[in-house]
Amino acid sequence: MRKPLLVALIAATPLFAACTENADGSDANTSDDSRTIAVSSTDDKCELSATEAPSGTLTFEVTNDGSKVTEFYLLGEDGQRIVGEVENIGPQLSRQLVVSVPAGSYVTACKPAMKGDGIRADFTVKASDEEPTPAADDGAVDQALESYEDYVHEQAEELADKTETFVALYKAGKDAAARALYPQARTHWERIETVAESFGDLDPKMDAREADLEPGQKWTGWHRIEKDLWPQDATDYTPLTTKQRAFFADDLMSNTEVLERRIEGLTFTVDQIANGSRGLLEEVANGKITGEEEIWSHTDLWDFQANVDGARVGFEGLEPIIEQKNPQFARTVSERFAALQELLDAQRDGDGFVSYEQLSPDEVKQLANAVNALAEPLSQLTAVVLS
Amino acid sequence: MAVGAFAAGRATAAEGEPSTAARDAFAFRGEHQAGITTPAQDRLHFAAFDVTTGSRAQLVALLKAWTVAAERMTRGLPAGEVGPTGGDALLPPDDTGEAIGLPASGLTITFGFGPTLFRDDHGRDRFGIADRQPAALRTLPHFPGDALDPAASYGDLCVQACADDPQVAVHAIRNLARIGFGTVAVRWSQLGFGRTSTTSTSQSTPRNLFGFKDGTANVKAEEPADLAEHVWVGRGDDPRAGWLAGGSYLVTRRMNMTIEVWDRQPLGDQEGFIGRTKDTGAPLSGGTELTEPDFSMSGSDGPVIPRDSHVRVVHPDFNGGARMLRRGYNFVDGSDPLGGLNAGLFFIAFVRDPDTHFVPIQLKMAKVDALMEYLKVTGSALFAVPPGIGPGEHVGQALFS
Repeated sequence: MRKPLLVALIAATPLFAACTENADGSDANTSDDSRTIAVSSTDDKCELSATEAPSGTLTFEVTNDGSKVTEFYLLGEDGQRIVGEVENIGPQLSRQLVVSVPAGSYVTACKPAMKGDGIRADFTVKASDEEPTPAADDGAVDQALESYEDYVHEQAEELADKTETFVALYKAGKDAAARALYPQARTHWERIETVAESFGDLDPKMDAREADLEPGQKWTGWHRIEKDLWPQDATDYTPLTTKQRAFFADDLMSNTEVLERRIEGLTFTVDQIANGSRGLLEEVANGKITGEEEIWSHTDLWDFQANVDGARVGFEGLEPIIEQKNPQFARTVSERFAALQELLDAQRDGDGFVSYEQLSPDEVKQLANAVNALAEPLSQLTAVVLS
Repeated sequence: MAVGAFAAGRATAAEGEPSTAARDAFAFRGEHQAGITTPAQDRLHFAAFDVTTGSRAQLVALLKAWTVAAERMTRGLPAGEVGPTGGDALLPPDDTGEAIGLPASGLTITFGFGPTLFRDDHGRDRFGIADRQPAALRTLPHFPGDALDPAASYGDLCVQACADDPQVAVHAIRNLARIGFGTVAVRWSQLGFGRTSTTSTSQSTPRNLFGFKDGTANVKAEEPADLAEHVWVGRGDDPRAGWLAGGSYLVTRRMNMTIEVWDRQPLGDQEGFIGRTKDTGAPLSGGTELTEPDFSMSGSDGPVIPRDSHVRVVHPDFNGGARMLRRGYNFVDGSDPLGGLNAGLFFIAFVRDPDTHFVPIQLKMAKVDALMEYLKVTGSALFAVPPGIGPGEHVGQALFS
C-alpha cells in the first residue's frame, strides 16, 4: 500500500484561504493580478515580476528556466522561517506556490540545484483589506504533535500486548478465544495503519492478503492465521499443524516487536498527521467498505472503525490549528465524522460489530456514501493545516 | 426497395466513391494483421470467445467465414453479401444493419488464439494443433493484487475491433459473434471509448482516466527496427510455432481504477505517482512531453522522478530494454453498487514474447509501482496473434495447414 506519511509535500495549497475579490476593480493594488507573481529561476538568477504584493493569498508561478532542478522559498524577515516552499521543479517545468501572507517583510529565494542558501531578495507584503489566514501558534502545533505521537506509541504498545496474547491462544489451539481476540488486536494495527505500512519490509510480512502475493512469496502474517481460524469458506483447505501454527504465530510476534521498536522512535510533523488522517480514510474506501480486507473472518467493520478512529484522532489533534485557520472547514469535517460514526454505531454487536456479511447492500451503500462525504473535505486537510 | 436502400447506404459509400477521409478504410490483408501498428482508432470493442465445438473442420470453416466477413466490414461493406435490407423477406438479414450509412470509420479487425485453443484444462489436444502451441502462450501467472473475474478473463479466441465510430466497432463484433454461433460463444467482451496511446508519430498523446497523458514512449509504426525487436515474433523465435512468425502476442488487462480515491490525491502526489506533469506530460526531470526522463536527477528527497513512479518502474532502462506496443482504451461500464465509477484502462499490449516483454514488467509494477494503490486488475488474457492474412488466405491458415 502507498504510504501517505512518506510522500513529500510538494506544494502547500490553502484551498480554504479567504479569497476576496475587489468588486469594482478600482484599487489596482489588490486585484488578483497583483497577487500573482511570476518567478523565473535560472542557474544564476531569480527574477520576480514584482517585489511587493498586497497581503492575503499570493500565488507564485515558479518556472525553471535553468538547466538544474530548482526550488523556491518564501521566507520570513529573518531569512530562516519558511512561510511557503515549492521544490523539485525540473528544467522547463512550472509549479505554483499558493500561500496566505500577512503584511510584513519577507525574503524570496530560488535554489538552483537545491543547494546552499539560494539566490535571495527582499519581498514586501503591504496591508490590504484581505485578511490573511492566521498562522498557527506554536503551542497548538506542539500540542498536536505530542498528542499524536503519544497516540501512535500507545497503539503500537497495545498491538504488541494483544498480539502476544493472541498468538499464545492460537498456538495452544484455543481457537474460539483466538477468534474473539483477532479483531481486537488488529484494531490497534488499523488505527495506525498508515504508519505501520510505511515500513515497506514489514507490511507484506504482516498484513498481506492472499491475493497480494507474488509467485513464490511465502504467505505469513495476520491474514494467514485468519484463514486458518476461519476456514469455513475456503475450498480444499488443509488446517495448519501445531508446528506450522507455531511458526506463523512466532513470525507475526517477532515482526510486531520490530514494528513496535521502530515506531517508538518516530516523530511526526503536522502535514504527516494530516496525510495520515486522509490516508486512513482511503484505506476504508479501498478495502474495508468492500469487505476485501477480512475475507475469511468478515470482521471488516472492526477495521473500518479502527481506521476511522485513527483518522479522527489525527484530525482532532489538529483541530485547534484548523479552528484558527478555517472554522467552517473544521465544522464540516466534524459533522461528517459524526454522521459516519452514527452509521457504524448502528452495526455494533456486543463490544464489537456484526459480520460484514450481515450488512445489506443498502447499508454498505450508506456507509460508502458517508465515507465519500468525509473523505472529500478530508483530502484538503493537509492544505488547510499548512495554509 | 430494399436493394435500393442498401445501395444508397454503405456499398456506395465504400465502393462507389473514393474515400474523402484518409482514415476511412485500412487494408485488411498484409504482412501483419491490421489493428496493431495502425494509428490507434478512438473506439474499441474487444471480444473473447470459447470454442464450443470439438470439430476442427467447423473451427476452420469459421475462421474462413470470419475472414470474409471481417474483410468486407473493414471496407465499409455489410457483413454478408445480401446486406441488412435485402434478400428474402422470410429470412433474417445477413447483416444486422446498425452500420447502414456509416463509412468504414478506420475499422480494423484483429484475431488472436488463446492457450486453451490448443489444449484443454487437462492438457488434451483439442484440435490437433497442440504440438504447434507457442511455448510462451500460457495462461498468465497470478500477479499481486489481481482480483480477476474468470468470466471476464481468458478465452480460446479473441477479436479486437477498433474504429473511429463506436457503432462500427460494435457492429463488427456483433456480426462476427452471430456468424460464430454453434462454433464459438462469446466469453466476455469489453467496450473502450477512448484510446489511451499513440501508435504513430502522427498522433497526439491522449489521456487516461487518471487525467494523465498515456503511452508517450510507445513503440510506433514509424520505428520498424523497434517493431521487429519488440513486437513481431521473429522467424526462428519458437521452432514449434513457425506459423506465428510475423505475428505477435496480445495481452489484455482490465485495470479498474479507484477513481474516487484517486481524485482526492493532491496534484503533486498524482504527478509523483506517474513521474510526469499532469499539464504537458513532461517528465518531472524537466523538458517537454517527448524529453527523455532523467532518472538520475536528484531532488530534495531522492530522485526528482520518484523510484516508485510509474514512468520509472516500467521504463525500458529498468527492464532490460524491453518495450511494448500499447494500444489500450479507457472504459466506463456504468457505476458499481457503491456508486463509484466502474471504470479504468483496458490495457492492450502487443509484444514479441510475453515472458520477456510483459510478465517481468507486470510483476515489478504489481510490487512497487505507486499507481497500484489506485488499480485493481479484474480481467486478464493472453493471445497469440497470427501474422497478416495473404491474398486468398484465411486467418490462421498456417496454423491449420
